Amino acid sequence: MELSIDLKTVAACRELASAIVEPVEAFIGAHSTVAVERSVLRLLGVDGVGADEVPVPNLIVDALDAQQRSHGAALAFGKALAQTGLEPAALGDRLASGELDLHQFDAVPAAAAREVARKYAKRSLDRISQRRDERRERLERFPQGEPPLLYVIVASGNIYEDRTAAVAAAEAGAQIIAVIRSTGQSLLDFVPYGPTTEGFGGTYATQANFKIVREALDEVSERLGRYVMLTNYASGLCMPEIATMAAIERLDMLLNDSMYGILFRDINMKRTFIDQHFSRMLNAYSGIIINTGEDNYLTTADAVEQAPAVLASQFINEEFAHRAGMPDTQIGLGDAYEIDPALQDGFLFQVAQAQLARQIFPDAPLKYMPPTKHMTGDIFKGHLIDAMFNLTSVMTRQTIHLCGMLTEAIHTPFLGDRALSIENARYIMNTARHFGEEISFKPGGRIERRAQQVLRDAHESLQRVADQGLMEAIEARAFADVSRPPDGGRGFDGVFERASDYWNPFEEALAPASAGAA
Amino acid sequence: MSRIVKPYGDTMNDGKVQLSFTLPIEWSEAADEAARQLAARMGFADAQVVEGRPIATGFSFFVVYGSTPHGIDFSTIAAPSAKTHAMSMDEIDALVAERIGRKIRVAGACIGTDAHTVGIDAILNMKGYKGDYGLERYKSFEVHNLGSQVSVEEFVRFAKEKQMDALLASQVVTQKGSDVKNFTALVELLEAEGLRDRIVLCCGGPRVTNLLATELGYDAGFGRGTVPSEVASFIASRLTKA
Repeated sequence: MELSIDLKTVAACRELASAIVEPVEAFIGAHSTVAVERSVLRLLGVDGVGADEVPVPNLIVDALDAQQRSHGAALAFGKALAQTGLEPAALGDRLASGELDLHQFDAVPAAAAREVARKYAKRSLDRISQRRDERRERLERFPQGEPPLLYVIVASGNIYEDRTAAVAAAEAGAQIIAVIRSTGQSLLDFVPYGPTTEGFGGTYATQANFKIVREALDEVSERLGRYVMLTNYASGLCMPEIATMAAIERLDMLLNDSMYGILFRDINMKRTFIDQHFSRMLNAYSGIIINTGEDNYLTTADAVEQAPAVLASQFINEEFAHRAGMPDTQIGLGDAYEIDPALQDGFLFQVAQAQLARQIFPDAPLKYMPPTKHMTGDIFKGHLIDAMFNLTSVMTRQTIHLCGMLTEAIHTPFLGDRALSIENARYIMNTARHFGEEISFKPGGRIERRAQQVLRDAHESLQRVADQGLMEAIEARAFADVSRPPDGGRGFDGVFERASDYWNPFEEALAPASAGAA
Repeated sequence: MSRIVKPYGDTMNDGKVQLSFTLPIEWSEAADEAARQLAARMGFADAQVVEGRPIATGFSFFVVYGSTPHGIDFSTIAAPSAKTHAMSMDEIDALVAERIGRKIRVAGACIGTDAHTVGIDAILNMKGYKGDYGLERYKSFEVHNLGSQVSVEEFVRFAKEKQMDALLASQVVTQKGSDVKNFTALVELLEAEGLRDRIVLCCGGPRVTNLLATELGYDAGFGRGTVPSEVASFIASRLTKA
């Protein structure tokens, strides 16, 4: 089942995406953020919290003066490492307590600082690569089964309840578990510390929480003989720090979009662009599959009208990810089943869009999101809409399938809701497993015409964005009908220009040849 | 005159109810029996477990049918609706132009940590919902959509400084009663600031009912399926009545 689409238009879209991203990459290469610098410290081995539960990486970065900061936290920190001979964690603690101050070490030669920081950077990268090998080895021992991979969320607010729910969902057939974050977390400019048992609409992402669920899922993977993946959110003001913690704790996927925070959380665009680049460099290295957030265009506006915006955003997300060194197999581009169920032939449009993405991004582990916007308290109808979503997903060979919940509009899923949802998906995907291989689209029919139209419109919209420039286009409401100014939004004060000798040992080790890093 | 009603299966007053639930026990025939007895304890007569099966280690799922012996006297039930003054956009614009002579200033926000703006956006954004234009489209409203995660303090400060006529507070997340807590905090702060009587205060969200809203001290509550003109009608008629 293949749509006839104009491959020249597809190639032109990719060229436009490249032209759109190019100047942003130049900007990224000349700047850094407090979140990137905190990630560098975390990667070097700094952890823990100081007074008032403020994380040590925050304390250290906040204490840097503008001059120090512009050279990168690794340099000032490396000087102190070289001088004191302390391990990064111990040095972090002494800096946090105020016993030491990074200004004391200004006179230490930069070469000595780089040498010792590189040593710890290598130790850290080796550890991450070990985690990556572990994942590969486990996936060989415990194969996941055929995609679409069933993905469910747990979101009780209490990590120990989440663990119970995650294990139960895995037993019911889930192949990927996402622990939804507490609603406020994306706007926190620090990562909470330790295991947490309270949250709203989700559970705080902390390194300790990652470890708790990872261990439980490893155990259940062995018991079930199939690897169960763990997902969290590298978005918001701490995007690169979450990517860091995820790499260390062997998460398998991260929600990570190049523009989501800008549009839907009013996070400053410069901050987001810089943060997503460093996050994706790390994700590329740690073997983490990113999930992009195109579903958000559909939940906040009409899904039929927004289809070209989804495709345009997929091209842009792909390009940003490539620039950070990510291979196609780690770029889980997003889409969602959000067309109004009352619309005649809405299912045909959904199939057109899903198949279009499948053909344009053949190696991407596409992430397909379930209906949410038109779900109501009528759980019976909701279960039916979910079934149509499941059918679309298996027909068009989506890879990551977020299972729809019949109680979507009512509450965060009950354990029983998840089981019903997984059962629905398993039934449909089994009964229609090879349906897509057995049928073909009517040439010039409704589905094909719709797909061609969406592609043409996406091309047009990319052209407009390319003409304007991405930052200007975002300000001019090119995406999601939201206007965000380049210097507005949250976290802008954490963006700074790099000095000519700015240094980041991880960027040095990981930077892809094509990236515009200074 | 009293009018006793009971659930209707296929015969008047048969009281038939379907329910489903999960028990934290391994499935077995004894688990089915436990589910049946539990339904009987809930008061259902002729409880039948029509489906019982394991859904995870230590968890079983059940579907049960039973007959409730209870009925309710419908003649004693009141749940006033806030949607009684339905007017069209043009009617509202005309009414406000004639009786108020300036735009009604309205601010909306997802309060607390809630980041789900779908509901408030559907009511306020130009585009609206289900083909019903949002308040931004009205000539008679000056709309301030403050977006998500707006603290109650921030919302009240804005209302005071910009002299809002009406406030719309939205809550989608209801986990552990966070919605009611936030709604209550808003009313209390408005009262403390002496603003409550000067503002038409509405809340909305998929779990909100007008009854709940009035109990919390709001002028109106708008639940699932609300279209913008219903909210606009309420605000306009409340302000033109005074």
